[in-house]
Amino acid sequence: MPDTICLRHLPLGSKAEVRRIEAHGELGRRIRDMGLVPGTEVEVIGRAPLKDPVALRLKGFTLTLRNNEADFIFVEPAES
Amino acid sequence: MDTRKQGEKPLVIALAGNPNAGKTTLFNAITGARQHVGNYPGITVERKEGCVTCGGHKLHLVDLPGTYSLTAYSQEEVVAREFLAHERPNAVIHVLNASALERNLYLTVQLLELGAPVLLALNMMDEARAHGWHVDSEKLSRLLDLPVSETIARTGKGVDELLAKAGEYARENTTGEWKPLTISYGPDLDPVIDEMAQTIERDQFLTERYPARWTAIKYLERDDAVLEQGRKAGDTAHKLEELAKRVAEHCRATLNMDPEAIIADYRYGFISSILKQGVLTREDRSERIMLSDKLDNVLTQRLIGPIIMVAVLFAIYHLTFVIGEVPMGWVESFFGFMHDTAAAALPDGLLQSLVVSGIIDGVGGVLGFVPLIMIMFFCIAFLEDSGYMARVAYMLDKVFNFFGLHGSSVMPFIISGGIAGGCAVPGVMAARTLRSPKEKIATVLTAPFMTCGAKLPVFILLVGVFFPTHQALALFCISMAGWTMALLTSKLLRCTVVRGPSTPFVLELPPYRLPTFRGLLIHTWERTWQYIKKAGTVILAISILLWALMTFPTLPQEQAARYEAMTETAQTETLASAEAQGLSAEETEELVAASVEAVSNEHAEASLRHSFAGRIGTALEPVTQWAGFDWRLNIALVGGFAAKEVVISTLGTSYSLGEVDPEATGSLAERLEADPNFTVATAVALMIFVLIYAPCFVTVVTIARETNWGWAVFSTVYSTITGFILAVVLYQAISAV
Repeated sequence: MPDTICLRHLPLGSKAEVRRIEAHGELGRRIRDMGLVPGTEVEVIGRAPLKDPVALRLKGFTLTLRNNEADFIFVEPAES
Repeated sequence: MDTRKQGEKPLVIALAGNPNAGKTTLFNAITGARQHVGNYPGITVERKEGCVTCGGHKLHLVDLPGTYSLTAYSQEEVVAREFLAHERPNAVIHVLNASALERNLYLTVQLLELGAPVLLALNMMDEARAHGWHVDSEKLSRLLDLPVSETIARTGKGVDELLAKAGEYARENTTGEWKPLTISYGPDLDPVIDEMAQTIERDQFLTERYPARWTAIKYLERDDAVLEQGRKAGDTAHKLEELAKRVAEHCRATLNMDPEAIIADYRYGFISSILKQGVLTREDRSERIMLSDKLDNVLTQRLIGPIIMVAVLFAIYHLTFVIGEVPMGWVESFFGFMHDTAAAALPDGLLQSLVVSGIIDGVGGVLGFVPLIMIMFFCIAFLEDSGYMARVAYMLDKVFNFFGLHGSSVMPFIISGGIAGGCAVPGVMAARTLRSPKEKIATVLTAPFMTCGAKLPVFILLVGVFFPTHQALALFCISMAGWTMALLTSKLLRCTVVRGPSTPFVLELPPYRLPTFRGLLIHTWERTWQYIKKAGTVILAISILLWALMTFPTLPQEQAARYEAMTETAQTETLASAEAQGLSAEETEELVAASVEAVSNEHAEASLRHSFAGRIGTALEPVTQWAGFDWRLNIALVGGFAAKEVVISTLGTSYSLGEVDPEATGSLAERLEADPNFTVATAVALMIFVLIYAPCFVTVVTIARETNWGWAVFSTVYSTITGFILAVVLYQAISAV
């Protein structure tokens, strides 16, 4: 899939749709429990003062995760 | 009222829901003051319960810990699930945040799969509407075939109707028969789930607890808690694990997915198929920026965010000390009055000494800080309930992660006294939200370095005496020293004895909300009450014990007689000299009192030195003199291991013991100031030692419960040695200047 990029590289303020999640075990479960599953629309709405963690908006709420956790999530950026 | 119904067993209603969905606010709105807090048996997850009467029926409400899922991997989730499966409440009110309905329903699906009689409380409907969401609750009720109520817990809107509905629903469900929901998990999993369910039914495997299909799904999800229960239950476990393993391999080979991921996808699919049938619609205002986001643009901004954070923490200090001073004065005067009254009412002797020095001064020294602690807790409750605390975790995670901790370690640290005035006992308990045992150990072992409410009186006292012009700043520095110590220690621990990878920082940032005054008061009161209870029980017992240690053995008779003789001599001598000078009756009385007091202080000191405590303190002097601690301080510090509050009350007792004149209740501060051996160097060394040395006994027990006794002993020894070394270094350095 040439159009997917890693969530870490999604610029601040842009939207994308989740395509694949390659996290297993606890991280994978936690991510899914919070509603981050393929097909979900996410928007990067902020980064912490030290650039990490990152804040995402999805399904009407705000979720935070670290950059190295975002590495497991592949998204397709929305056409802007 | 119908008397027949009053005797009935109350209906049990559980409150479940995601964190930040307003569950606690709803619980408070329903139960008000009729609630009590305890722990689940055997573990330390908080258990809140309350009773209400509704339509002639007694309802027993249990507030379950907030969870996102029933797939257990944190203690909260295990507790919520086991309560439902084991205690089988008559109804479960699931509180949902209506503006994040899709994710919240994920838990609903799991509750329904377990078979629980669920009714939904669509909470925060006002917020959802403001964000442009439209929820058709009737349709949702029809599609899921369960009662749905709309509520706004903050204002209490819809709460009565919800309660009536819940009572009704619970009454219908007294038979205890649960009807689990069945949803399809697709062609790859459905056949195997059926096969597993049949095996489970046939072998009666865990069926007294969970529905068969539910257990099958948990095996596919590789739920550790269920796997473990299963292994204890019998051989069927082996068969099921084998089956689950085969399916997992198949799924990975053909779909490149774990069964758990497939299950989650189908659950969300089920939810979205319901929502798309007209339950959830959104007005087209996607470009609308929410107020919460606007606030975040400032409050978590790269440069301004951290500055505001420090300013907020500093402001809390100022607020506490400026406002707190007034009521603290009242409480102090009250205990001063008690002291005087008791001293006047009781005859001189052991009983008077026990009541006045042991009980009133001991407990009063602790309770004097209640007003300060209430204000501090009120501020912290405000930060928590408003959502700002989550931002603090978000902003600090990078730093914490560097020290081998988790952003969520901020909470245990802050509760322990990161903002001075907490308590390490609930702080250590708060660490159980940390998933990784390694990060948890590091947090639990370092949280007691914070300035808890029991150390605070020592600091306030010493700072007041030695740094009167910079009180707030000095206290701020002490708190920072606590933080530095905690972070450096945890880095050290995570590089040596508790090595291991860090756990995910997948957290929700709740929108900013103005906390309800009632919620703040309940939170403040709960914690203050814990403190008062501790003062009333543990501290009282220890005060009395320490008083006994400081009183017995009493001076040998001939020595006591000598002091009595000295008192008499002083009295007659002063009288004679006053007469010679021709002083008035008043002046004479004053002079006599002063001379008698001087002798009696000498007497008191001699008695204390002679007592058990004095002997312990004196025996330690050769070591502790390096840090500038004399035998009196040693007594206080040894007592402080029992409970840090005792440090101050023991000092108070040791400086006031033997006092005869009830009018001269000069404060401990004045006495310390007057003591020439008590220098700035001593004060600083004492403060650092109190900050760092062994956690109080209650905390040690809590650490042992949360980890094991090995770590508890480690924590005690490690911190005492570190504290002593730092105290010696500081004392010698400052004395040399």
